[in-house]
Amino acid sequence: MEVFIQQLTNGLAVGGIYALIALGYTMVYGILKLINFAHGELFALGAYLGFTLLVSVGLTGYFGTGAAILITVVMVMGLSALAGYLLERVAYRPLRKSDRLSAVVSALGASIFFQNAIMLIWDARYRAYPADLLPNVTLSFAGQDIPLIRVVVLATSVVIMLLLYFFINRTRMGMAIRASAIDQGAAKLMGIDVRRVIAIVFLIGPALGGLAGVMVGVYYGQINFNMGQLYGLKAFTAAIIGGIGNIHGAMIGGLLLGLVEAFGAAYISLAWRDAITFCVLIVILVVRPTGILRERVAEKL
Amino acid sequence: MIASISPASSKWKNWLLGAQIVGAAAFFSLPQFGLGAYWLDVLNAVGISAILALSLNIILGHAGMFHMGHAAFFAVGAYTTAILNTRLEWPIFATMPFAGMAAGIFAVAVASPIIHLRGDYLLMVTIGIVEIVRIALINNVFGLTGGSNGIIGIARPVLFGFRIARPQHFFCLIWGFAALSMLLFYWLEHSRYGRALKYIKEDSVAAEGMGVNTDRYKLSAFVIGAVWAGFVGTIYASKMRTISPGSFSFWESVVLFMIVILGGSGNQKGVLLGAFLVSGLPELFRGLQNYRMLVFGAALVLMMIFRPQGLLPPKTRNYTLPEPLAGKFP
Amino acid sequence: MIILSLKTLVKSFGGLVAVAGVSFDVERGDVVGLIGPNGAGKTTVFNLITGALRPDGGDIFFDGHRIDRGKPHQIVKLGLARTFQTIRLFAGMSVLENVLSGYHCRMGSGIVSSLLRLPHQRREERVALTRAMEELEFVGLADVWRAKAGGLPYGDQRRLEIARALATEPKFMVLDEPAGGMNDQETYELRGLIGRIRKRDITIMLIEHDIGFVMKVCSKLVVIENGAIIAEGVPEEIQRDPKVIEAYLGVDD
Repeated sequence: MEVFIQQLTNGLAVGGIYALIALGYTMVYGILKLINFAHGELFALGAYLGFTLLVSVGLTGYFGTGAAILITVVMVMGLSALAGYLLERVAYRPLRKSDRLSAVVSALGASIFFQNAIMLIWDARYRAYPADLLPNVTLSFAGQDIPLIRVVVLATSVVIMLLLYFFINRTRMGMAIRASAIDQGAAKLMGIDVRRVIAIVFLIGPALGGLAGVMVGVYYGQINFNMGQLYGLKAFTAAIIGGIGNIHGAMIGGLLLGLVEAFGAAYISLAWRDAITFCVLIVILVVRPTGILRERVAEKL
Repeated sequence: MIASISPASSKWKNWLLGAQIVGAAAFFSLPQFGLGAYWLDVLNAVGISAILALSLNIILGHAGMFHMGHAAFFAVGAYTTAILNTRLEWPIFATMPFAGMAAGIFAVAVASPIIHLRGDYLLMVTIGIVEIVRIALINNVFGLTGGSNGIIGIARPVLFGFRIARPQHFFCLIWGFAALSMLLFYWLEHSRYGRALKYIKEDSVAAEGMGVNTDRYKLSAFVIGAVWAGFVGTIYASKMRTISPGSFSFWESVVLFMIVILGGSGNQKGVLLGAFLVSGLPELFRGLQNYRMLVFGAALVLMMIFRPQGLLPPKTRNYTLPEPLAGKFP
Repeated sequence: MIILSLKTLVKSFGGLVAVAGVSFDVERGDVVGLIGPNGAGKTTVFNLITGALRPDGGDIFFDGHRIDRGKPHQIVKLGLARTFQTIRLFAGMSVLENVLSGYHCRMGSGIVSSLLRLPHQRREERVALTRAMEELEFVGLADVWRAKAGGLPYGDQRRLEIARALATEPKFMVLDEPAGGMNDQETYELRGLIGRIRKRDITIMLIEHDIGFVMKVCSKLVVIENGAIIAEGVPEEIQRDPKVIEAYLGVDD
């Protein structure tokens, strides 16, 4: 029971992080039908920007811990969004009219570029986040002690996802995003500025990814320059589980993958944890590429 | 639209062919002219990449399948040789067919369920496969792969009593195998088989509708590429004498993918050029070694925007009609 | 002699029934026109016959074989070739290579004989080139054999699709809107070409919207509406059938 509760909460916390990253994949895919390979690197960029603000700049020294974290998060989200916007502008927009696979290769190139830029700027070694950001206390849940940090991470991702949920379902811009995802041509005819929708998606996705980067730094205490690749692949798996292009699916897929990993690591094997995730990715893509939520759609000949 | 072949251009072609032969001969005599061991090693590394990229070219360049897990097949070949050699003390060249076979069987197992997948999904799945293989190697699967330290003490290859050990020996072995691979792949490309792969790349629905068994051809392209990567694994294992999971990472696959795409997918000369650019050129600018992947990442983006077909795109194949048709339709 | 036989074919997409129990037979040597309003299910019937789609119910028999579970390439090999409604040539390849794709299924050399360029493989290539050029001469495109298929004028691309299908050495050809996008002169020539194909003992089935063309070319017509057959017979009968006039011809005029 102890292992179960610990892994349940841990899985949900990590799953929330996966979900935040997966949202970036799924929103871009929904509009552009493009897997944004560089998205995982934007997440890593966010983690390093957070490191710079918290450690190198030492925001905690100027403000209180709480305010410093808040300022860091806001700045990281803004800078990641900017990086996402530039990425779209430079690497994807010129390829809007060319064939899909050219855009995929360009995305791959951008991802390689970002990862190596991060390595050159911040060095290849592990970097540590401040250990004393959150008080080292535990909460009691079902008779178990749960670290506060775990609760904060999970709560943050849930709040952000709820905000996004309302944005997508209740606002005009959210409706424009959903409409463009279903049929870009029709959306254009209805007077929706699809270029703006694309820009918005490339701002929101990376902002969420950057936030997730900071959360990983705070949660695990250390970051590495190639973390974007692993987390990117896992978040993509989460997006695929929920049906890529499906925003609610990405949230559910992220949490689900977090749980699968946590329980897989605890009850099957820690060493094979990542391999289990990749097997899930392969099996879902082969058996049910539209994800677990969506109906199968017939392909037009 | 219709290319004409005038006597002048055929003379020019002979010159070009002659220059290529002289160039190749000069290349193969490099060790004789006292090229240092360091540069020979660089050329050997380029050669290994080149053969791997040529085998990937069949899958990615000709059949148009976005496969980014080629390092997995390379790893299966190298580990097969290492295990057979260190455990059973088989001579290196005796392990080679088995290395190719193991990689080929592995390809059938992993590729059959995924060849239907769309380009971008296939890319993701093949990345997943190469990672799974690496994790399996690190976890010392079947107790044979030696975990993250890998396998040490692999023997040198012996050919007709001659022990291949020095860089110049490997130079001849690697580039000889590269030349053989290019010849065989050239023939393969210029056959019914190579045409079928091109039809699939152009439009796989139309290819199937014209009677091409697209599933079988896609799978067999994977198998040929894998078998060849397995052969290269044998050479690599005996050259390094020590192999570990680190040599077969995701980045190895990325580099091979880049060689084919940047050089010109579907064109052997393009792939060869790509191998020199991506694995050779950085050695000339050692100080900039760290910027290598940064530059190539940016190059991929720029290439897709300005020249998506690669530096040397494949030419349309030239056919010579048998007589009397050749006279009738110039 | 019946060469193709459809028995109560059913196919639906999601909730939409595209083909609802279609049955008919095609006699060897006929030119059958499959007509009907847009969205009637004509192309779906074609896709079922050629194996591009699997029927939800019913059987298809072709030349003594049951083909409703077959894959497209197997059906081509049995002697049933097709052209596509939207032209699907290998646009980046030469005219000759496009026709060679059709002859592919009549060749046998595999990986090993290609890798090693064995003598029988080279012989077979020469035969293939000769056969491909014969088909190009047959449709009148032999002079442009080196040209890129994608660069040909529209009418020539349609003819190249026919040459490619002929190179599979079919007994039966299904043509999906062969006259689509052609001008009057090209349509006239196409009629001649279809006549010459018929003389080679190849049975033809086609979908076409140009009613004048269908009436002149076809020996038998099958009219479908909403996925079901509403009339079947020789062109003169069909022209007078009140159901057809109401459903299709009336709308067209």
